[in-house]
Amino acid sequence: MKFILWISDCLIPFTILFIVGFGALMRRPVYDDFAEGAKEGAKTVFGVFPTLIGLMTGVGALSASGLLDALSGALGRWIRAVGMPPQLVPVAVVKLFSSGAATGLALDIFKNYGPDSELGLAASLMLSCTETVFYTMSIYFLSVNVKKTRYTLPGALLATAAGIAASVFLAGRM
Amino acid sequence: MLNTIWAFMIIAGVVWAALHGNIGAVTQGLLDSAADAVSLCVTMLGVVSMWTGILKIGERSGLVDSLARRMEPVLRFLFPRLPADHPARRSIAVNMIANMLGLGWAATPAGLQAMKELAQLEEDRRREENRRWEEDSRRQENRRQEEDSRRREKCRGAAPRTAAPPGTASREMCTFLIINISSLQLIPVNMIAFRRQYGSAAPAAIVGPAIAATAVSTLAAVLFCRAAGRTRGTEA
Repeated sequence: MKFILWISDCLIPFTILFIVGFGALMRRPVYDDFAEGAKEGAKTVFGVFPTLIGLMTGVGALSASGLLDALSGALGRWIRAVGMPPQLVPVAVVKLFSSGAATGLALDIFKNYGPDSELGLAASLMLSCTETVFYTMSIYFLSVNVKKTRYTLPGALLATAAGIAASVFLAGRM
Repeated sequence: MLNTIWAFMIIAGVVWAALHGNIGAVTQGLLDSAADAVSLCVTMLGVVSMWTGILKIGERSGLVDSLARRMEPVLRFLFPRLPADHPARRSIAVNMIANMLGLGWAATPAGLQAMKELAQLEEDRRREENRRWEEDSRRQENRRQEEDSRRREKCRGAAPRTAAPPGTASREMCTFLIINISSLQLIPVNMIAFRRQYGSAAPAAIVGPAIAATAVSTLAAVLFCRAAGRTRGTEA
């Protein structure tokens, strides 16, 4: 675990060092490239801004109404049996369909329990190691008119479940 | 899909609150969340723009391409039946590298391109098999008089049907999508921004564990694909 946390400390600075170093070696105008990329990034953030407001208000309504707590409470007994905190179930289920909505739910966990709590860490990891299964599958397969997806869905769900299990396990040991 | 989820969140939230006397809290929740979204966007603006700027340098300097070229051994392992010089190899490699770096906008176009090329590959395979099958049956027709039925069986077995029928995912498509969905991202930049916004003492502390969790999910995906490719494949 120490090694994994050490990677956390070094990876971002070294990645940046490597990329900028490589760019400089290739004699690219690195700062101009950076500025251009940052502009695109800013545009992306402004692009998601309205959807983020929408999703966060949606989650806000759901969370303030007490429905999320009621749901977690009702699911609690069965879910705890497999070792998963019930508060994470809505995040995991929604993530299969929409990344934005799942993020909204995860932020609600950050707000209630803190991002460094075990729940907060597990939610952070879960969202980092899973993809929107149904959304991705529909976009990719629809683009080539494939209707019979054979073993794609079971495989994707298995990978997602493995990622969630690993997240909960690792969050408990951080 | 999102339309349904969002409508459900709002409607279920308000109705549930009304039934349980929480309606005042919902007003507060709605207003607070809208305000939170704004400050979250400000944090994201900094972190995400910084990161996309850095990655732009990597893209322009040819780093993404040179990494994609080094994916060849991985592709050979994951897609053993994909012809050596097929254009889908490059699209798949670029998609995977872009996903690892968290370059969503570069990953999706390359991924869709890969799907198109894989569909074309399957089309070619179907045509090739039809041709072989016709040839075979013509040959059989000629030999029918002189050869016994056992020999004929053998002849039919020589042209196995391995191509997926139209509208069905080929084995390469299944593998590609399962690996893609298993998540390859190494540095979850957005999540770091979110954690920072909500007062984490160490927002980037999740990088290492996230890589470990991603490795687990991808490993599960690879094992599944290898097993499914072997047992459920139609290869003779």
